[in-house]
Amino acid sequence: MPDSDAQILVEDLTMAYGDFLIQADLNFTINRGDVFIIMGGSGCGKSTLLKTMIGLKSPDKGDVFYNGAPFWSSSHEHQEILKRSFGTTFQAGALWSSMTLAENIGLALRQYTDLGDKAIREVAAYKLMLVGLAGFEDYYPNEISGGMMKRAGLARAMALDPEILFFDEPSAGLDPISAKLLDDLILELRDSLGTTVIIVTHELASIFAIGNNSVFLDPVTKTQLATGDPNDLRDNHENLVVRNFLQRGMAETNA
Amino acid sequence: MTEAQIKAAPGDGGTLVVTVSGDWLLGASLPGPNSVLQLLRQSPPPASVAFDTSLLGDWDTGLIIALLAIQREAASQNTNFDEAGLPDGARRLLDLALAVAEREGARRHAKPKRFLERVGDSVLEVIENGKELLAFIGELVLSFGRYARGTATYLRSDLLLYIQQAGAQAFAIVSVISFLIGMIFAFVGVMQLNMFGAGIYTADLVAVAMVREMAPIMTAIIMAGRTGAAYAAQIGTMKVNEEIDALKTLGMQPIDFLVTPRVIALVLMMPLLTMYSSLMGILGGMGVGVIMLDISLVQYVAQTMDAVGLNSLLGGLFKSIVYGSLVALAGCQQGMACGNSALAVGQSTTKAVVMGIVLIVISASLLTVIYINIGI
Repeated sequence: MPDSDAQILVEDLTMAYGDFLIQADLNFTINRGDVFIIMGGSGCGKSTLLKTMIGLKSPDKGDVFYNGAPFWSSSHEHQEILKRSFGTTFQAGALWSSMTLAENIGLALRQYTDLGDKAIREVAAYKLMLVGLAGFEDYYPNEISGGMMKRAGLARAMALDPEILFFDEPSAGLDPISAKLLDDLILELRDSLGTTVIIVTHELASIFAIGNNSVFLDPVTKTQLATGDPNDLRDNHENLVVRNFLQRGMAETNA
Repeated sequence: MTEAQIKAAPGDGGTLVVTVSGDWLLGASLPGPNSVLQLLRQSPPPASVAFDTSLLGDWDTGLIIALLAIQREAASQNTNFDEAGLPDGARRLLDLALAVAEREGARRHAKPKRFLERVGDSVLEVIENGKELLAFIGELVLSFGRYARGTATYLRSDLLLYIQQAGAQAFAIVSVISFLIGMIFAFVGVMQLNMFGAGIYTADLVAVAMVREMAPIMTAIIMAGRTGAAYAAQIGTMKVNEEIDALKTLGMQPIDFLVTPRVIALVLMMPLLTMYSSLMGILGGMGVGVIMLDISLVQYVAQTMDAVGLNSLLGGLFKSIVYGSLVALAGCQQGMACGNSALAVGQSTTKAVVMGIVLIVISASLLTVIYINIGI
């Protein structure tokens, strides 16, 4: 490994749906404790990249290395074990609608730990407290608001104390205050638990507030244009497309 | 409101001057830009096209559409499009509309398919569906293996809920339909058999028809419309909401969690419902038979008991298990294969019911032939 802190390494990754190329030749490194942003215009394949990283969609070429070990070229068992160190929140929460919030959080614990019912409930209550939903254990997902669903989704993603948390557009559809609170929560989790956080987003406010590393995907050239600290990319990157995106289209041509 | 008019006349230096006057509002009868387009297409094309809008009244999208058509034609003829004479607002709207160039390859050209092409596509689709179904059956078998070894993840409470939904909650509809079917059979039997003075055999007709054929098939069709459709809709909606992805990311098998318990529930409940359906059918037939044939209840019951052997009952129950698994299979497979939209959920539900019923009828024919050959 070139970098001792590198936790995730994406190498020569190419993704496509059938003949339709999404992104090609992606190469970037995510270090332990990073808040890593996957950004780019609408439809550039951000969510597809996330799906490839968490093992939902196989790449057409290349691989994702976790702690030096490849994901896609390893055995099914290894993939399943690795997946348990991930926590994922989905765009609309994707809570299981037939289960209460406590049951949603408890399912993974029931499956992968030896905890009893009472302990599982306690863990679920604690995770809900962390995301500001204390007392909502027995609510069903359709009984709470969209913002609450996202936070409950985060609580479920944290059920197994994952090493890596993946977020698919966490602040989309949230009001500015809720979005800020969610950002603070993400930073807090990173600082207190040492979790590596990977976020798909195009909310500039969030990108600059919490991101310290990033990759920029371009829908036109269908590859990454930049990787690094988004604050740095905004001011200094040589490519106008990148600077324009990060400056809301206000970039000067000759920066 | 003054009438909208558009006129074009050659001006200085090969410029085509387009005069637009009157009120250009959508919904009014607008002249359209065709006369101008004609002039633009002549050869040699004018060097430039300019506008005079001094007599233009109110305007809205109606004017912009005409201008866009002129702009497009001018661009294709390499004619300069001089928008200086246009109202300020119209100019800005045109610039906005043309600001982002059409993405290459984005426009879809709907090509009408020829008959043979469509037939071919349908056949390929049937083959593809068949392959998917076989793959799904394979996964289901693997899942049963995990259940047998005790390594599958599922919620016992879910299983019990599915059993309740596929069992107890189907009682009312199964009762009504089976009772009526029994009555219909008895009517037919009484009418026809009485002609030969063999009216008492109505009891045999009703009992044998219900136990061997009608109870399994009617119950299965009810369950296809009720439970198979529900399975497809439930699982399909979970797919749309990414709930299935959420299961996968936790390293759990969606098939163990969602499909197998539903299949188990339906396969367990189908024989029970079928037996109950036979009973209700026989009761319905009994009502009609006893009243219309003027025989005693005891006679009718005795005749029924003579007519149905254990073989018939077991044969019927075996059929019900086959049908039940096919209905559950169709529902769950369509749910898992659902696309990512509300429309797709509807399509999956429809397909689940159609596929369920088709599979029931095909297997019913096969089973009947097999039964006859082995003499049940």
